[in-house]
Amino acid sequence: MSRNLNDSSDLPPDAQAGSSRRQFISRLAAISASLSVAAPLARSATTTEGTALEGESPKKGTEGSLVEINFKVNGRPQKLEVDPRVTLLDAIRDRLDLTGTKKGCDRGACGACTVHINGRRVLSCLTLALMAQGEEITTIEGLAKGDDLHPVQAAFVGCDGFQCGYCTPGQIMSAVGCINEGHIRSDTEIQEFMSGNLCRCGAYPNIVDAIKMAAGQMKAGG
Amino acid sequence: MRTFTYKVPSSIWQATSDFGQNSDFLAGGTTLIDLMKLEVMTPSQLVDINRLPMRGIELASDGLRIGALEKMSDVAENQEVVANYPVISQALLKSASAQLRNMASMGGNLLQRTRCGYFREVSTPCNKRQPGSGCPAIDGWNRTHAILGTSSSCVATHPSDLAVALVALDASILLQSGNNDRLVKLDDFYHVPGETPDKENQLKPGELITEIRVPRLPWAQRSAYLKIRDRESYEFALTSVAMALDVDANNVRDARVAVGGVGTKPWNLPKVRDALIGMPLNQQTFEAAAKLATEGAKPLRHNAFKVELVQRTIVRALMNLGGLV
Repeated sequence: MSRNLNDSSDLPPDAQAGSSRRQFISRLAAISASLSVAAPLARSATTTEGTALEGESPKKGTEGSLVEINFKVNGRPQKLEVDPRVTLLDAIRDRLDLTGTKKGCDRGACGACTVHINGRRVLSCLTLALMAQGEEITTIEGLAKGDDLHPVQAAFVGCDGFQCGYCTPGQIMSAVGCINEGHIRSDTEIQEFMSGNLCRCGAYPNIVDAIKMAAGQMKAGG
Repeated sequence: MRTFTYKVPSSIWQATSDFGQNSDFLAGGTTLIDLMKLEVMTPSQLVDINRLPMRGIELASDGLRIGALEKMSDVAENQEVVANYPVISQALLKSASAQLRNMASMGGNLLQRTRCGYFREVSTPCNKRQPGSGCPAIDGWNRTHAILGTSSSCVATHPSDLAVALVALDASILLQSGNNDRLVKLDDFYHVPGETPDKENQLKPGELITEIRVPRLPWAQRSAYLKIRDRESYEFALTSVAMALDVDANNVRDARVAVGGVGTKPWNLPKVRDALIGMPLNQQTFEAAAKLATEGAKPLRHNAFKVELVQRTIVRALMNLGGLV
């Protein structure tokens, strides 16, 4: 396994062919937009009352209100100009192309968008990018050291801590926080302190196993 | 989300002067950003107060002081809070999720908006969101709604667990606007809806909660927060009780009781307290006192179960703290 966990979760089975799912979806979108029947749909998807949709770069007319932000993401300084409405989640995914962090509910209820700000686990969907000014952000892409998975990533693989994998980046970021906070004294405590991360596949028992395994390794490894 | 301008003041004075018409203060953002996405809240300006010096958790001879920008998680795990006011720590830990507790501020927690589904859905009327438009909850889906403090305009519950604990402990909040400040009892801070459910509290435009003050109460070391909900974690209360109990041999010397999930504001229960003082520690005493909690309750079509459930919640908390179970 030379590819890190997140990359593989984001790629279709035929990723080796050199075409990612995102590229595939983009091509599909381009094809459908070229069909006349899709035109009304495409129009409604661009702007409403002149406002940019969430997740898109701001459209003409809002450029005057762009704000510059500087922060570090996975150790690298980043400078962005964003509409004040852009969430940290959208900035990370759409502007920095770090698509490991997932958008689930986009309302702070599911935990799929969990990242670390200054080492603390938070929800990037309820954080404006502006609020991260000057902060250090770690996403799922920042956990592995080169080809070496973080112990929590390796434990999720080892314990089958997922099925479909969509909640997994958020689960792993939250699990790292849970272990660092020391909330791993019992299965019950792990369950309680991981309750902000929903898994619709129901991989919860294996997630708890993975956290216990990783916590043991992280302690042993100092 | 509607467009807004964004300001980052460096002093409380500047924060007040930056606060213009249709402004909102932004702290952790866990309520505000959510409700802005739903367009329930549509401020045209955000004043980000996160750089202001409203921090610190200090236990002094007169009690506990908590800066309003302290995060829920930090207060919940503070050793002085855990040892001296376990009810505060427990109320915080039973709120939201670990991620949200790392984000949400103490002041913001006290100002969070109701979880009433009609309030959160802009396509329906709501007197709290749009005064005069009506209340669909009264004849609609109201299983989670209030039975105490309701009116013909609004039956929404107050969602904060922390506020229930603080009201039980007779806490006050320091409100600051420019160079002026005032200390207000949290119990007095919140309004019942009456005819104006949109006016939820005493906060004036541009005024900030800067500090929480909890009086010294040595016997609050014997205190707890019991929360009953549809799932065991990461859920709002159907009923909850914040309680502190002072015991003398086999009698109740003093008590503090407030309940959540049932009131349009955190519901303080001085009558239950009075009924407990001097009484022997036993289930009969507790049940008699707990009955007083729902005096004047007005159950709705789907939430009548809360009348008995909140009484039982109080009895359970008393049994636990009294060492009877």
